[in-house]
Amino acid sequence: MAHELPKLGYSTDALVPFLTAETLDLHHGKHHKGYVDELNRLLAGTELEGLGLSELVRRSEGDVFNNAAQHFNHSFYWRCIAPAPRPCPQGALAQALTSAFESLESLEEAFVKEAVGVFGSGWCWLVRTPAGSVELRPTSNAGCPITSGDMPLLVCDVWEHAYYVDHRNARADYVRAFWKAVNWEFVAGCLERPDEIERSILGAN
Amino acid sequence: MSVTNRRKFLGLTGAGVLGVVSGGETLGASRGRAVAAAAEHVLPELPYDYDALEPHVDERTMRLHHQNHHGGAVRGLNRTEKAFAAMSKSGDFSGARKLCRDLAYYGSSHILHSTFWTNMKPATEGEPAGELADFLERDFGSIEAFRELFLAATDSAPASGWGMLAYHAEFDRLMVLQVEDHENRFLCGVVPLLVCDVWEHAYYLEYQNRRSEWTAAFMGHLIDWDNVAGRFSAARGG
Repeated sequence: MAHELPKLGYSTDALVPFLTAETLDLHHGKHHKGYVDELNRLLAGTELEGLGLSELVRRSEGDVFNNAAQHFNHSFYWRCIAPAPRPCPQGALAQALTSAFESLESLEEAFVKEAVGVFGSGWCWLVRTPAGSVELRPTSNAGCPITSGDMPLLVCDVWEHAYYVDHRNARADYVRAFWKAVNWEFVAGCLERPDEIERSILGAN
Repeated sequence: MSVTNRRKFLGLTGAGVLGVVSGGETLGASRGRAVAAAAEHVLPELPYDYDALEPHVDERTMRLHHQNHHGGAVRGLNRTEKAFAAMSKSGDFSGARKLCRDLAYYGSSHILHSTFWTNMKPATEGEPAGELADFLERDFGSIEAFRELFLAATDSAPASGWGMLAYHAEFDRLMVLQVEDHENRFLCGVVPLLVCDVWEHAYYLEYQNRRSEWTAAFMGHLIDWDNVAGRFSAARGG
């Protein structure tokens, strides 16, 4: 079955002023859709057709990897943000975050610093490593943490197209606004049920 | 060409940077004579107004791109050089890896942006001429084939990147390259002659995700071929 562009799960004007409808229309409707369409075109008739998205990201390289990983990364990103109200981290998630970063405030500072420090296009992830620790993991271009065995918990897109219309070159302002829009319930789900991540990012329509 | 004129021609001098020039002039002095301290890098002024390239590049983009992006690179480069000096003074070289990377990133960004601004001029429909045209034909088959190659390479450059026509003195030939970020995928020893910025900040406000419309506008309406030819001549030692 062909890969499909997941729905956003909220209206394109639901995140104003963090992101405007113009940005979401372009980012979801043009950029993300472009990766999905190109991925389907590249896969047609190949032995990789029919693989699930995570498996495809782990097993592919070159153009197929770039488009598959960008499809995964964007699908994950849309779930990481949500309109208000957004409950704070609770329970096991709050405990995991504070034991790794001392406090949510220091995690925010570390996350912003890491996201601003990504050279060029890329992503800033919070991951759980195979050893069980919770860490920040910046990636360049289409880089995706599942290729090294890390489980993603949260991601911020720092390609310029993610923020240029609304925040211009002020990436730090964008990342701080992102932080206020984080959907911590989704993050908690990733921590508690990592096997369901793919289904939750692709199938929450 | 003197160091002064070369720096001016290459787009690296702004107003009021005589210190840089006099510092540069002494670099060729024989050993044993004092070498003046290198001055801070300065954001060069644009050779035209911010709105001069409309409708192909909008004024907002030019202003942000020049003041914030290029300006940020110049500030980053100066900060990095200061950190290098502090590292040498302290004797603790544990930061060398990061600083070397920062130097390549910010320094290349400064050179590329300075080249980019002077590669463009308003309302131009010029063509490559003279020896540059001869070399383009020799190395790419024809001017048209060069244009197609440059656009294909630039359109498919990494997400944050550049397309580049460069001259390699040791190989004595022109080549088309892609640059990732500002400093990766370089062929060691090339001199950039013509560069097209395809970081999204270069075109997003006007062209959004339609990169190839931006590169076509650049190729068709903005290139100052006299500047490219001058860079070619300087790179060949003319």
